[in-house]
Amino acid sequence: MERNQLHRLVALSRQPLFDQGFLDEQFLQLEELQDDANPNFVEEVVTLYYRDSARLILNIEQALERNPLDFNKLDILMHQFKGSSSSIGAKKVKAECTFFRENCRAGNGEGCIRTFQQLKKEYATLRKKLEAYFQLTRQVGPAETACRPK
Amino acid sequence: MMDNGFSSPRKDAFPVGLRVLVVDDDPTWLKILEKMLRKCSYEVTTCGLARDALHLLRERKDGYDIVISDVNMPDMDGFKLLEHVGLEMDLPVIMMSVDGETSQVMKGVQHGACDYLLKPIRMKELRNIWQHVLRKKINEVRDIEILEGMESIQMARNGLDQSNDGHLLCGEDLTSVKKRKDVESKHDDKDPGDNSSTKKARVVWSVDLHQKFVEAVNQIGFDKVGPKKILDLMNVPWLTRENVASHLQKYRLYLSRLQKENDTKISVGGIKHSDSPLGDSANSFGTQNSINIQQNDVSSRSCGFSGNSLLVQNVEPRSHDNDRKGIVSKIVAEPKRALTVEVPDPHKPRSSQMEFGHSLTSSASEVNYAEYDSNFPTKFSWWEIPQSRLKQEQKPLHLDDGFSHLTWPGKQQHIQVDYPQPAPPIISGSSVTGRGMGGSVKIKPLYDECRKNGSQVSSTESTIEASHVQTKTYKVNHQTFEPISTNTSSLKNQASNLRCISDLESAQKNINWGMSPFATLDDDFQVRWVQGDCYAMNLGLENIDFPEYFDRGLLADVPTHLYDAVSFDYQNLYDPTECSLIEQGLFIA
Repeated sequence: MERNQLHRLVALSRQPLFDQGFLDEQFLQLEELQDDANPNFVEEVVTLYYRDSARLILNIEQALERNPLDFNKLDILMHQFKGSSSSIGAKKVKAECTFFRENCRAGNGEGCIRTFQQLKKEYATLRKKLEAYFQLTRQVGPAETACRPK
Repeated sequence: MMDNGFSSPRKDAFPVGLRVLVVDDDPTWLKILEKMLRKCSYEVTTCGLARDALHLLRERKDGYDIVISDVNMPDMDGFKLLEHVGLEMDLPVIMMSVDGETSQVMKGVQHGACDYLLKPIRMKELRNIWQHVLRKKINEVRDIEILEGMESIQMARNGLDQSNDGHLLCGEDLTSVKKRKDVESKHDDKDPGDNSSTKKARVVWSVDLHQKFVEAVNQIGFDKVGPKKILDLMNVPWLTRENVASHLQKYRLYLSRLQKENDTKISVGGIKHSDSPLGDSANSFGTQNSINIQQNDVSSRSCGFSGNSLLVQNVEPRSHDNDRKGIVSKIVAEPKRALTVEVPDPHKPRSSQMEFGHSLTSSASEVNYAEYDSNFPTKFSWWEIPQSRLKQEQKPLHLDDGFSHLTWPGKQQHIQVDYPQPAPPIISGSSVTGRGMGGSVKIKPLYDECRKNGSQVSSTESTIEASHVQTKTYKVNHQTFEPISTNTSSLKNQASNLRCISDLESAQKNINWGMSPFATLDDDFQVRWVQGDCYAMNLGLENIDFPEYFDRGLLADVPTHLYDAVSFDYQNLYDPTECSLIEQGLFIA
């Protein structure tokens, strides 16, 4: 494929991520940080996020298996997870985090479990999309992928 | 570092190379922040745990300029870390969190955070963090100076040894010493003096309160102190842990500064403080002052020295111990005293080394008379004493007086400030007796004028105690004490005979003393300060509110311009419970 076409492809593939609300401006910030010193910065950060947040997901799952549920603890764990998700601009994931915390505060165990399921779905979906995106950018070349969507 | 710039040498212009310590348990954020800060040309160190951060900070005390920390850390609460950093290292700390709830943000501010950022954090937010570093430095310098000024006054007050019956040191121009940060008494709504700009309620660290604070600190052991412990010991119901924490921070800062400055001890060699009792109060005063200074909110700037004229007050021995709680300080107007500008030894006001003969037991009062010399003006600069005012060449203004009263524990408690540091300089007040101040110290004449009658004072004392007579703030124009036209009009009423040197011609600085019982101001200017009075001293020159009983005529000649220099907010020193006068707006805020 021609370089230009690749670029266009990259641009086209990343745009929906923003349009569909998977990613927010934070992701753009990451792209801006990418430079010659750190040519794969964005991908590195995303990889780090998924690695670290897996631990947090596990903690929450374990906490949700408790009986009775410790809402305070759940809230704290989710707070952590939300903070982490905000680092890469995982918009939908963050929204689910907020719902989850609301359920915690309401003491709604069912709500928590439901929200958490939804959260994991969004989390997995985003991961897939980003993986595909990075594969593409690797082909094109890192410097060229950092372009702002309109 | 305090005065300007940063301790670390940098070739590039600030803020390039700003040394930032980032603390966050989230590795993703740590990576991002590091990259962002690097892009701002800052020097970044990252840490995943609060204890690691503290370790790093302690290891290299001057190794960082600013700390950015997340609120939620696994090993330690972010607010706790914030407190530690503030107290131990006195660095600006920025908090971060994904949670932007008002209560959390407020908590951050209360614990001393200089900013609270919400995640996700933008680059542009990080670009400007250097302003916190700069601001802190500026404030520190100012605070220290105020503190020193206060101490100086204190010392002057204590140390002035008067051969006569006690010249009262006319309070310094409190109003002029008013820090820009106004201090609002948390308990009195009134704004002491000019300050008006402070938005938050500040605790007024009165001499008495500070005394308690210091006692608590000493009891716990300086190296083991913590705000909670101090608060518990102090047993002051309205005081919060945060108040104590910030006060402690300032105190530490002040002490370390003193230590550094200790080189020039002004041992006011010549100034022997014959009077004793005052010493204590003076000392305590000093301490209080320092503490006040340290607290931003505390308008300890009560030190309103008008620059060089440090009124050295000789504290009359009798004043102190007897029932009158006032401290009669004689103004040591020794020409060569360190107190005055002319003092040959340049000492930094900070090292309140002057120990006025008095039983300045508390080493803390390091009033550095040296300040009174040419350095003086600088020292007080923060007190808003315009440099111009501090005329060195003029008679050194011994502002100290105002302070002495501050230290008087209203109830006779001698405020003993035990500063772990340098012993208060002894100021031999001999020369100061004001009489012969031919030299630069013009204070003498002033003192002569103000002579307080013991009897008067005593009568006042009782009144004062009861009614806070004090607020006699009279402005003394230090600068020219010579032509002091003593106002004989003693401030009666409550026997505050405050003799103002009306002819304060060159007195650029007017020292406002909130002196409660003023003895008749005749030759010896004696101002007896009753505990409550001191607080009344507002060095703010401009706003000298004299109580009705105060003979306004005294101040007629006092050039107002002197006042603005120092807005010393004695209010801080004022123990709200004691001096109701202050509320009467007697003091020039």
